[in-house]
Amino acid sequence: MNWQKVLHSSIGKKLVMALTGLFLIVFLLVHCYVNANVLFSNGAENFNRAAHFMGTNILVRIMEVGLFAGLLLHILQGYRLELKNRAARKSKYAVKAGGATSTWYSRSMALLGTLILLFLIIHLKQFWVPSRFGGLSEITYGNQPYHDLYSQMKEVFSQPWVVVLYVLGCFSLSWHLLHGFQSAFQTLGWSHSAYKGLIRSVGVGFSVIVPLIFALMPVFLYFGWEIPSGGLTLLF
Amino acid sequence: MLDAKIPSGPLENKWNDYKGHVRLVNPANKRKLEIIIVGTGLAGASAAASLGEMGYKVKAFCFQDSPRRAHSIAAQGGINAAKNYQNDGDSVFRLFYDTIKGGDYRAREGNVHRLAEVSTSIIDQCVAQGVPFAREYGGLLSNRSFGGTQVQRTFYAAGQTGQQLLIGAYQALERQVALGTVEMHTRHEMLEIVMIDGKARGIIARNLVTGELERHFGHAVLLCTGGYGNVFYLSTNAMGSNVTAAWKAHKKGAYFGNPCFTQIHPTCIPVSGDHQSKLTLMSESLRNDGRIWVPKKQGDTRKPYDIPEEERDYYLERRYPAFGNLVPRDVASRAAKERCDAGYGVGTSRQAVYLDYAYAIERYGKAEVNKHNLGHVDAATINRLGREVVKEKYGNLFDMYEKITGENPYEVPMRIYPAVHYTMGGLWVDYELMTNIPGLYALGEANFSDHGANRLGASALMQGLADGYFVVPYTIGNYLADEIRTNAISTDHPAFVEAEKHADDRIRTFMNIQGSQTVESFHKRLGKIIWDKCGMARNEQGLKQAIEEIRALKKEFWSDVRIPGNINEMNPELDKAGRVADFIELGELMCLDALERNESCGGHFREEYQTPDGEALRDDAHFMHVAAWEYKGDSSWTLHKEPLIYDVMKPSQRSYK
Amino acid sequence: MQHSTMNLTLKVWRQRNSKASGGFETYPVPGISTEMSFLEMFDVLNERLIAEGRDPIAFDHDCREGICGMCSMVINGRPHGPWKGTTVCQLHMREYKNGDTITVEPWRANAFPVVRDLMVDRSAFDRIIQAGGYISVNTGNAVDGNAIPIEKDHADSAFAAAACIGCGACVAACKNSSAMLFLSAKVSHLTLLPQGQPEKRQRVVEMIDQMDKEGFGSCTNTYACEAECPKEISVTNIARLNREFLSAALGSGD
Repeated sequence: MNWQKVLHSSIGKKLVMALTGLFLIVFLLVHCYVNANVLFSNGAENFNRAAHFMGTNILVRIMEVGLFAGLLLHILQGYRLELKNRAARKSKYAVKAGGATSTWYSRSMALLGTLILLFLIIHLKQFWVPSRFGGLSEITYGNQPYHDLYSQMKEVFSQPWVVVLYVLGCFSLSWHLLHGFQSAFQTLGWSHSAYKGLIRSVGVGFSVIVPLIFALMPVFLYFGWEIPSGGLTLLF
Repeated sequence: MLDAKIPSGPLENKWNDYKGHVRLVNPANKRKLEIIIVGTGLAGASAAASLGEMGYKVKAFCFQDSPRRAHSIAAQGGINAAKNYQNDGDSVFRLFYDTIKGGDYRAREGNVHRLAEVSTSIIDQCVAQGVPFAREYGGLLSNRSFGGTQVQRTFYAAGQTGQQLLIGAYQALERQVALGTVEMHTRHEMLEIVMIDGKARGIIARNLVTGELERHFGHAVLLCTGGYGNVFYLSTNAMGSNVTAAWKAHKKGAYFGNPCFTQIHPTCIPVSGDHQSKLTLMSESLRNDGRIWVPKKQGDTRKPYDIPEEERDYYLERRYPAFGNLVPRDVASRAAKERCDAGYGVGTSRQAVYLDYAYAIERYGKAEVNKHNLGHVDAATINRLGREVVKEKYGNLFDMYEKITGENPYEVPMRIYPAVHYTMGGLWVDYELMTNIPGLYALGEANFSDHGANRLGASALMQGLADGYFVVPYTIGNYLADEIRTNAISTDHPAFVEAEKHADDRIRTFMNIQGSQTVESFHKRLGKIIWDKCGMARNEQGLKQAIEEIRALKKEFWSDVRIPGNINEMNPELDKAGRVADFIELGELMCLDALERNESCGGHFREEYQTPDGEALRDDAHFMHVAAWEYKGDSSWTLHKEPLIYDVMKPSQRSYK
Repeated sequence: MQHSTMNLTLKVWRQRNSKASGGFETYPVPGISTEMSFLEMFDVLNERLIAEGRDPIAFDHDCREGICGMCSMVINGRPHGPWKGTTVCQLHMREYKNGDTITVEPWRANAFPVVRDLMVDRSAFDRIIQAGGYISVNTGNAVDGNAIPIEKDHADSAFAAAACIGCGACVAACKNSSAMLFLSAKVSHLTLLPQGQPEKRQRVVEMIDQMDKEGFGSCTNTYACEAECPKEISVTNIARLNREFLSAALGSGD
């Protein structure tokens, strides 16, 4: 059996969702780690240096292309599956079982995904577009100029509606992950009874902690809170 | 004269000799021969798969939406086989011996010995198919004892042995469907046998979805349509189980063997009201630990736990001190009926007895205390420990009881009552499983052949699979070898036209009656007549009365039944009407057979023929024969007798005192 | 158990055949005993409908003891009703109280077209089995039953998967009408046994292929199937199915 046939099978389509999903989860982890710098009192410089590295390193730039490709695939395949699955039942139930048999977020992955997508469009426009195509002020560390992405964050998150929007976006992400994380393992067939508990706990932990850290960023910047770094440096 | 065609020679060589000399059909000819199989339970599915594998062109039919749903699926306990894996002295001869004796000496030695011989191959075949039998930690097959035999020869898959065996046969069948050797017709019901030149040559079947009648040709026709327990209306059979195919064959000339031999199972959940549609069996194994009792006072309405010990009648222990609660099925059933009829029954219907686990719980609890050296503990602890043991052994049965009755059997004694479970009678067949109509075969519960007057536990599954996997694939060749020159007959043949017209006329007659009573109400009334007068105990007067009542009921049915809907659509009421009409006719024959058999044997208990202490009294001098009834027209039959010859077994009286 | 009667209202899906369009009809059903099974309530209603000269409600049922897999009703949105590990025929009326309104619908999925009223056509399941849900062993080919020792854990897991009754509640419960629980139960049953090993690669690939052709949706792991399965088949089987499929489809086989 060849790849093409596999990818056209129902499990193959899910395999694409699972693999791209896990890839995006890895990205989230890196992204979260880098950005968590801004929570600390010495965050500005660390963060700007890290952002500079991410924006200039050739390997990272290649990965970035892959990231967008994966994201796009995840989105398109997700919608295709959603449409196909909806079409598999033309005559709908008058009464629905609702939460009696499954969680609402497991049934609402397309909706949650769409909310995340809308959030992403705004998010990319606010940060990724200016950092790649210009529009950020510069700051110098040790005679070398860097994009001052940190100031951009400060500015963007000075508007209350943006902060609220980001926090809501993180909620969508959390629920999406709460189902998606373990679902990916199930689809890949790795959810053996011996590891089921572990996957579930790690999944729940990830789905709560990562979005929480993300949500704290706009909140911290808006209120001007920071964690004393005490010499702790998160990156490099 | 009925010729059972039993091969000559010593009993243990008959089947081997037969196989060695039987005529064969070469592979090229097999492809030209068509076989129709009606019913896809254990017998039908296994036959269809095996014959398809051999290269015959098979057409299989079932009334359910899938062959996997046949009622073989509901068998709980297990399947017997003379493997002697437990090294406890089992052998082919011992299985043969137990089966003949269990059948109260009313089965053929030749057939039963063959059944015992092939029993071992069945287990091998099923294991190879992936049937998940229970296993020991060493990875080998597990056995349990069952139905009062002295050896452990029963193979099982928890409480779902029938399901697992049927799924095995069903998968083998579907494999042949995929290979194109079997053509499967689901939601189809056979309504006529087509006879050409004295041979069975096809069937008329009704497509239950569209209502269309279809003609199907076959060089041979196999009926694997199960038993007729639903003649009683209430039974442990599935709602759709029916006698129609067998009855149509009977009306075309096939003899019906021993119709009055029916098995009443002692441990079923009792009827809860007039709305009751079917009865549920509780595995016989419950009698191993439970004690059966009724109050000593008639019409006692106190709660069971309010009735003190000295006011309880443990009637089985009282009547049968040697076997107590473990007497055979027929004896236990009759004893329960006797108590209820005398006014000692319990529950709202007063048609139930108690099956009490309080003693078992206490006994197991105390044993646990001893085992774990817990010293002096209170009654509540003993009770808790005892319940845990009982739950481990019988938990699924207790859960099932609670679902149906809403009562917790750990707290309150279960209410049980006997229910119709299996029919030993069926179409008469010879050693080759062929009826007296050439080319028409009957397999499994649909035939009469192997269980005599009483079937032992875990033997029904064995017989169904033996017939389908290992008997008919050999014996059918002996007939088809002569058919290789017969080309497929066109279904435009006048015999097909006429048979279809007959089926069609009958359906139109049903629809045109436009009376006032539902099919269901007639079925209930029929069931009550048969249950009361041709059930666990029968007598001459009652049977004569029953025949009159059934004739009157038949007249009323044909003039006042109401069937809604149309012919050319899915119409379950119309399907049911045809089945009930056939049950009514069969009911009359059952009573006639019971009336004719002036003795008691196995499940057939004639009150006039009992020992002084109320046990079944056989009359071997006059009734050691198969009663094979020939249909002669409306309410008219001729009896043919096939003598039973015991070369090896010595018939004796059973006693359980 | 205290025996009592109650009056209920049923809203039942009526549909003449697979081509006709269907709709709900409402029936008052008075005098229902708490001791009746859910299907016996339908018997009572049908008897009355026939007496009134109306068409009774067609529904699939046979063994009425929870094993044949024929009965199939979605009751207030729940396939087989609200009891856990139970088929419709095992559901009893003491679950309901006087005055309740109960909505009853057929299994709904394109792959299970309605035959009439509450009856659906589940032949897609048979075709999936035909695609490979068996072990290819002709009658008479078998070795001695004890020649193949099987680890008890594997035998027990295979049995747990083989308990599937093919009723289709998993499809009815799934928001995507996916048949993955059904399919995974069969693949697990056969793959866990040594007898099923020789054909395991081909089996899983062919069965998935057939499932896709039948028009079932795909699994999105909501696990509603497991929650509604009357035999409580575990979704661990679906993970095993995915694993078997991916290794069969992508492994070289060399």
